[in-house]
Amino acid sequence: MNITVGGEKKDVKDGITVSELIAQEKVETPEYVTVSVNEEFIKREDFDARKLKESDNVEFLYFMGGGAR
Amino acid sequence: MPFTNEQLERYSRHIILKEIGVKGQKKLLAGKVLIVGAGGLGAPAAMYLAAAGVGTIGIIDADEVDLSNLQRQVIHTTNDLGKPKVESAKETMLAINPDITVNTYHEFLDSTNVLDIFRDYDFILDGTDNFPAKFLINDACVLLKKPFCHAGIIRFKGQLMTYVPGEGPCYRCVFKNPPPKDAVPTCKQAGVIGAMAGIIGCMQALEAVKYLTGAGELLTGYLQTFDGLKGEWHKIKLPPADPDCAVCGTHPTILKPVDYEQAACDWHASRDEGVAEDNS
Ligand SMILES: [Zn+2]
Repeated sequence: MNITVGGEKKDVKDGITVSELIAQEKVETPEYVTVSVNEEFIKREDFDARKLKESDNVEFLYFMGGGAR
Repeated sequence: MPFTNEQLERYSRHIILKEIGVKGQKKLLAGKVLIVGAGGLGAPAAMYLAAAGVGTIGIIDADEVDLSNLQRQVIHTTNDLGKPKVESAKETMLAINPDITVNTYHEFLDSTNVLDIFRDYDFILDGTDNFPAKFLINDACVLLKKPFCHAGIIRFKGQLMTYVPGEGPCYRCVFKNPPPKDAVPTCKQAGVIGAMAGIIGCMQALEAVKYLTGAGELLTGYLQTFDGLKGEWHKIKLPPADPDCAVCGTHPTILKPVDYEQAACDWHASRDEGVAEDNS
């Protein structure tokens, strides 16, 4: 099925979970990533259970420090 | 007060813009912006806001200029090594534009001074390099109902979002709590391309100018990201403000600014055991 990840179209297996997508996309520091699906935040405890659907729009939001020193 | 001839000439490229004009330039001159951190992000932001004629600019930073800063902190020069960053920044800003007032705060921002320092400003820029400071700035701005622009940079990437009270999510709605110390790499550990500070710091300056003049649309309710290796911008639409947010929600549990470094123990041990893990 087709979903959008970070603005890019991706072909992924049917019913892929958020956790599986995090692994597949090699998300950096997965313990601290924030995930939204269709502009709604997914709770961390739901990552394993939440299955994605055709044309879902997934975003990974990262902590980004840096700036001063 | 009418513009002097010198002001008309200095700001002529602004005044000619239909989104700014004489009216907008007057708003900039009456505007007060505080920049937290005179480093990578704060440097370009401070220079462009000074050049733009933002009438009062505050800058807070406890550090001195170090040789490793000069790769990206373009407001400081080799001659400034060892000088307080706020002094070096002020000299550059006033050299660009003597028409403005620069307030310097040569100190660390913490829970004891944040509200007093922020109170006098219209818009805050977060140019800090650490998460305790980023959360402190967010919470203080929510508590004081001040708009601010968050930004972060690392390696070849950068991001920013703007909070305006009542108009969208705050930083904590999105990121909940600071990650444990050293869990997420910093620029010092991971490196950062100098130009990224310029790109994202200038975006923050643009947000401040847009807020003060009312031009265009702010990055409220969006996280804007930039991938410098790919040359790609991406604007992530954020969910609305979280009613359960600990600071901006309907039943806030954070009622005053918190120092994470110092309060880290009781913070994690007492009330946030589950939440520290839950970064959703
Ligand atoms: Zn919030």
